[in-house]
Amino acid sequence: MTVGSVDGSGAGSGRDAEGPGRGRGLISPRRGPVPVPLLVPALVGLAFLVLPLVALLVRAPWSDLPDQLTSPEVWQALRLSLLCATAATVVSLVLGVPLAWLLARVDFPGRGFVRALVTLPLVLPPVVGGVALLMALGRNGVVGQWLESWFGVSLPFTTAGVVVAEAFVAMPFLVISVEGTLRAADPRYEEAATTLGASRFTAFRRVTLPLIAPGIAAGAVLAWARALGEFGATITFAGNFPGRTQTMPLAVYLALQSDPEAAIALSLVLLTVSIAVLAGLRDRWMSAS
Amino acid sequence: MRGAEGRKRAKKAVGSGAGSTAGAGSTAGAGRSGAGLDARLVVRRGAFRLDVGLRVVPGEVVALLGPNGAGKTTALRALAGLEPLADGYLRLDGAALERTPPESRPVGVVFQDYLLFPHLTALDNVAFGPRCQGASKAEARALAAEWLGRMGLAEHAGAKPRRLSGGQAQRVALARALATSPRLLLLDEPLAALDARTRLDVRAQLRRHLADFEAVAVLVTHDPLDAMVLADRLVVIEDGQVVQEGTPGDIARHPRTDYIAHLVGLNLYKGVADRHTVRLDAGPAITTTEDLTGPVFVTFPPSAVTLYGERPTGVSARNLWRCAVAGMETHGDQIRADLTGELPLAADLTTVAAAELGLHTGAEVWAAVKATQTHAYPA
Amino acid sequence: MARSSGSGWFRRWGALVGAVVLLGVAGCSSHSAESSESSEGGDVSGEVTVFAAASLKESFTELGKRFEKAHPGVEVTFNFGGSDSLAASIIGGAPADVFASASPKTMKIVTDAGDAVGAPVTFVRNQLEIAALPGNPEGISSLKDLTKSGLKVVLCDKEVPCGAAAQKALDASGLRLTPVSYEQDVKAALTKVELKEADAAVVYKTDVLAAGDKVEGVEFPEAADTVNDYPIALLKDAPNTKAAKAFVALVRSGEGQEVLSDAGFLKP
Repeated sequence: MTVGSVDGSGAGSGRDAEGPGRGRGLISPRRGPVPVPLLVPALVGLAFLVLPLVALLVRAPWSDLPDQLTSPEVWQALRLSLLCATAATVVSLVLGVPLAWLLARVDFPGRGFVRALVTLPLVLPPVVGGVALLMALGRNGVVGQWLESWFGVSLPFTTAGVVVAEAFVAMPFLVISVEGTLRAADPRYEEAATTLGASRFTAFRRVTLPLIAPGIAAGAVLAWARALGEFGATITFAGNFPGRTQTMPLAVYLALQSDPEAAIALSLVLLTVSIAVLAGLRDRWMSAS
Repeated sequence: MRGAEGRKRAKKAVGSGAGSTAGAGSTAGAGRSGAGLDARLVVRRGAFRLDVGLRVVPGEVVALLGPNGAGKTTALRALAGLEPLADGYLRLDGAALERTPPESRPVGVVFQDYLLFPHLTALDNVAFGPRCQGASKAEARALAAEWLGRMGLAEHAGAKPRRLSGGQAQRVALARALATSPRLLLLDEPLAALDARTRLDVRAQLRRHLADFEAVAVLVTHDPLDAMVLADRLVVIEDGQVVQEGTPGDIARHPRTDYIAHLVGLNLYKGVADRHTVRLDAGPAITTTEDLTGPVFVTFPPSAVTLYGERPTGVSARNLWRCAVAGMETHGDQIRADLTGELPLAADLTTVAAAELGLHTGAEVWAAVKATQTHAYPA
Repeated sequence: MARSSGSGWFRRWGALVGAVVLLGVAGCSSHSAESSESSEGGDVSGEVTVFAAASLKESFTELGKRFEKAHPGVEVTFNFGGSDSLAASIIGGAPADVFASASPKTMKIVTDAGDAVGAPVTFVRNQLEIAALPGNPEGISSLKDLTKSGLKVVLCDKEVPCGAAAQKALDASGLRLTPVSYEQDVKAALTKVELKEADAAVVYKTDVLAAGDKVEGVEFPEAADTVNDYPIALLKDAPNTKAAKAFVALVRSGEGQEVLSDAGFLKP
């Protein structure tokens, strides 16, 4: 009698059982010296990314910093930035996760095209994005004019407009990230859930969502960071008014016109906050992955 | 439960004795009454086409047995609703299910690698189904705890799947599938993910649980031992088609394809019988004890073969063939020799006998089989 | 509200593309430095790079064409943008020959940094005007009308010359105006009105003129107090001093002044 290998017939595509695969890749049998053709560009690349930030620190007006940082305008802009970036991330999550699921799990005609559309804002200059948003949601926009006449809602020049602009630019990051996680996740867990009586939505909510939570968190962080630094779409679509639509990047840009030192101070604040938040999130959520 | 088995076995013996290979026809009586599973599953995927008829009465355990790629898992997925039917039908206890989505089918599935939800405890994994069926959280948990208790896993209720051993995970998966009170239990290679030692244990337990299960159970396996221990009836699938079905004993005695013959460890030949002589389609004739006419199968076990270094003198000239050794492998204290020549066959002999014969690959030998050791039956 | 027809859409897209190009240009500086030998030659040749305030775009582009025609072989390259960002890139080392600013304040940044040659000269003056929607549906006739509640007004940011001038006019009249946005430059402010997202903007007279019928200009008396001097200067590190001098001469000549006043600028 023979006992064959594991049966891979049918669509079951016998995957390995989920085992504790920890530590894989950490221990390699032999680790030679790092090859120079990799090391040199790697170090140059590192310097290229870090040097401007170091320069910012070197040239920072440390003595004036306390004055700059205690000015209410800075805090106003920072508060608005954090608020809007967070709101944009929430919007991206609510709309983007289902969109990612659709792209990853539902086989519909033109899916590749839809995915390309979703990623378009990634390559679009943000200013163009802002103008496009004006065309769509502005007071005279394709949709905006109805928002205005039916609900009296006008998005340009409002804080909500900032959120819209930031979400437009940040959501693709989330969608792409979550879709990748979904594709990597075993769809058979969803199948298992449906055989247990779960509707597709229940399966998504109770099984898939918890399984891809780390990926969603990573995508949300990415989207949040992108939203926080968003400039072009925001200033084009939402304008620039302190406390309402003037986020940190706008404040930095305008301060640069007349007072570069203030701009540096503002940049430092933004940098510090971003690093603090990203580091905090990384410890909590992203280390698991 | 096992009472029904005897009835079915008797019926099957008649069916296969008549030489029927089409699954659907042989257990017609059971299917028509409405209880149990009655299905013809047609699934197309590219060039591959699965077309399998299945009838299973409540309380019966049927194993789909076949080589890799035969379509066993596809059939199982079609039963669960995870694979759409291109054609055919699917009735369970009289209700048509072809168009019913998987979540609305009274079906429980134990997947090959169990697919326990890694973020839920064993208890919540088992409670998942009842929850989806509308039970309150407390009810579902109580039911789940009961099932885990029945599986002897009460103390592991709070463990996440990755903390469970293979055998424990298998039982949790079984409990999860059974907790929804399915009318059709599907098991996809339920023991394949286990190591040899756990396997024995789990197989015995699974057999007990399947015996207690009062509805239809269908399991898929490529392991004939699993199939024979666990199932009342085997359905052998090759290349998308049912090639044979029957009780394990029936299949073991009367293999109809090389695949099954190989599985059950028999030499199988097809030929045309004229009284006690069967002229094989390719090769020599075999003398048998059965008195048959027309197309037949002839089998004999490798242990029935006697090998000689020289042409034996004191042996009847019938069923004596000149062969060459193509390969050898060890089976416990036995050696299985694969022979080519007049009649390709497998022969078992002791290591001592092999040494005395000076057996080696390429060696010329004479193989003899007594007519009383052969078995012929209509094809 | 008048729904735009197909051609209206087309025009709007045109304005949009213009705005986008402008916003894009404001950020970057273009240059080329293949001119060291040309400064020694007798004739004007090579390439001359002019950094000019955004409001000078139309008239300077015209002057550039004339200059190239008068001096075959010379190529004039413009970088139009907010005066402040231009000043910032000049002191940051951007290779330019001429700087034409929309305000003495921004020019001062460059002269203070020692990047200009000689004293800057005022070559034109500009005056604020209100840009209202075509047909002036809100009936705006004065600066005070802009403070009406419900009216969406955009101003230039106070850091930008047109914003500073507007603020000066408002302060002088004792008016308090809360705009919906402080735009980063005058063209951005104008674009918001062209796209009908804002009801009015306070911009330069020249910008209103350049926008054609997409906006309607409304003059206001307080504008007279906020007339803006436009200084022009040669830059110290000019790669092509000779051509730069010739270009400045053209700007200040009768011909140049005519082009500029056609665009709505006032004589110095």
